[in-house]
Amino acid sequence: MKLKNSTTSAAYIFLTPALSAIFIFFFIPVLAAFIMSFTDFDIYSLSDFGRARFIGFDNYLQLFNDPLFWKALANTFYYVLIAGPLSIFVSLSAALLLNDKLLKFKSIFRLTYFMPVVTTLVAVAIVWRFIYHPKFGILNYLLGFFGIGNIDWLGDPHYALPAIILMSVWKNFGYNMIIFIAGLQNIPEYLYEAATLDGANKWQQFKNITLPMLAPTTLFITIITMIGFFQVFAEPYIMTQGGPLDSTLSIVLYMYREGFRWWNMGYSAAIAFVLFLIILIATIIQFKIQKKSAML
Amino acid sequence: MTKTGKYIFSILVIIFLTACTNKKNNKIVIKFWGMGVEGEAVSRLIPEFERQNPTIKVEVQMIPWTAAQEKLISAYASDNLPDIFQLGNTWIPQFVALDAIQNLNPKVKFSKNISSLNYFKGIWETNLIGKAVYGIPWYIDTRVLFYRKDILKKAGYDKPPQNWTELIDVSKKIKTLYKNEDKYAIYLPTNDWSIFVIFGLQAGASLLKDNNSYGNFSSRKFKRAFSYLMKFYYNKLAPVGFSEVNNVYQAMAQGYFAMYISGPWNVKEMKEWMKGKLKNEWMTSPLPAPDSAGIGLSLPGGSSLVINKKTKYSKESWKFVEFLSSPKMQLEIYKLTNDLPALKKAWKDSIFTNNKYMKAFYEQLGYTKPLPKITEWEQIAFSKIQQYAEYAARRKMTIDEALKHLDADVNKILEKRRWLLKNAKDYKLR
Repeated sequence: MKLKNSTTSAAYIFLTPALSAIFIFFFIPVLAAFIMSFTDFDIYSLSDFGRARFIGFDNYLQLFNDPLFWKALANTFYYVLIAGPLSIFVSLSAALLLNDKLLKFKSIFRLTYFMPVVTTLVAVAIVWRFIYHPKFGILNYLLGFFGIGNIDWLGDPHYALPAIILMSVWKNFGYNMIIFIAGLQNIPEYLYEAATLDGANKWQQFKNITLPMLAPTTLFITIITMIGFFQVFAEPYIMTQGGPLDSTLSIVLYMYREGFRWWNMGYSAAIAFVLFLIILIATIIQFKIQKKSAML
Repeated sequence: MTKTGKYIFSILVIIFLTACTNKKNNKIVIKFWGMGVEGEAVSRLIPEFERQNPTIKVEVQMIPWTAAQEKLISAYASDNLPDIFQLGNTWIPQFVALDAIQNLNPKVKFSKNISSLNYFKGIWETNLIGKAVYGIPWYIDTRVLFYRKDILKKAGYDKPPQNWTELIDVSKKIKTLYKNEDKYAIYLPTNDWSIFVIFGLQAGASLLKDNNSYGNFSSRKFKRAFSYLMKFYYNKLAPVGFSEVNNVYQAMAQGYFAMYISGPWNVKEMKEWMKGKLKNEWMTSPLPAPDSAGIGLSLPGGSSLVINKKTKYSKESWKFVEFLSSPKMQLEIYKLTNDLPALKKAWKDSIFTNNKYMKAFYEQLGYTKPLPKITEWEQIAFSKIQQYAEYAARRKMTIDEALKHLDADVNKILEKRRWLLKNAKDYKLR
């Protein structure tokens, strides 16, 4: 390439370390993984690359015939579609409450709600395992007052995933809440004043001022949250190891198991690329929807 | 690009310099990786070794059990394995397939204190691939029956069940003691593959066939064992889920179940939980046999010491293995960790002969059978056997369906092995 003046060439020189780091530690591994997804690279191949066979699209074809993969995919979508909106709803509500002028001790509340985000997941998981305990857990104890019988939260295939969703929403909403608060504080006060003068009630103000003004924040949070939930791993890994009956097996957990437990790296890489495609498509769709609603 | 070149060069120099520090003060430094409590315990034995061998220094790194295998294989891939390390004995085939560990035959041949005769036969065999021994047993375990004496007595059994018929009979009788209470006779968690494998082996099933290249779980013998175990779930003699049992010892103390098949690591905890009235109300016993009274087979578990094939300090590493295999150190490791010594001689010590719970383990160790020694075994056991055992226990599949699917999945996993058997003649697959 032709460098027009010394400024651009200086820029390139300063960018070189960062770019080469990205190239070496990001693009090359991604490319290697992509190639790997067309081989049956496994533990045998670690000692001798000759024992990996190039198998074309077999990994991908096998994936589509793998009931566990579909199970994991369904679980992940369940997780994204329930936990995503729920998490955004909870964090927006919390942000609105915390942003209210009438509230005192704001920083204490903010700190409390943010606490789970910075707590180690392992510690959180241990506490929640006790909360969910079918016999001695506090959740079943409280539900008992409403006449709801004992639920084996983590042991029953119907309840395990909702239980994990509940826990991870609790753990993560604080993060989005902080971003929402920042977004809310950026909305100029005079808009609300003008609206009040025009006789708009709280709900109308929320609908016509808060929501549209928060749109960019919401888009950012929706995408980040969605990607995060698509990649859910640690929660089921620690709480249930994917069980019972694979009802909490997520795509990334399945990928991890195949790749680092059983060393089927080729197969695992194929799972990674399918997940990448899914996230890419989902993100594009969200951008499109957001654009459309912005034009209305 | 010259900039990048320089960067890479300087990074390489740093790596090179730090890699060359293996000799400190003219002492040879050997690296040892141990797992969990054993890793912690071994660092306490090292001063004695370094006193006996002033020219050698041992550096210990602890790795957690849960991530041990991933860590070791990643270390292998990046050429960072330590000189000597602890390996669960079912992992040996994997590391032999990787060509990562040494054939110890020549060393054992000339060793004064290590000989196959000093060890339990079943345990020693787990370390053999073909005729070559790749690991020296360090500590061992096997599974026996833990049971509540008082509950069994109430059910009319003064002795623990001796065979399969008695085992299910006593379970049914225990269950009738409780009527509507949410209590069970025995705990057989479906997330523990070893139970299904143990009963399969007891029934005489060969788990795989054709040189371990096809699954053989639909065979009559394995099906007999599998159906037998399913009766416990179907008749509510054993709980199907395992999340209700956060703490097996507590559950056992509360009589949530009266029998439990597990290993020696439970003895210490059991003692702590069975207090007061319960103090003398629990015992261990060898596993019941399938038909006539006797001892049924169990699994030869435990960890072995292996030496990295690429180590520069093979001789020194072997010295450390010999040191840890001496009767004194074998007792020492038991005292520190409660792990059972691999050396038969150590069992003659009063510490074992005076411990009533240990008798069952000693007897059981004479009745063990190694698992199929193939790389893929871990995946077959942990993912497939557990998966289909759970499906069958929860009646998502019939027994026949579950076993058929199990075989199909296992055959898929073993495809690569079949290909290697055909195409890579030099391969150490046996």
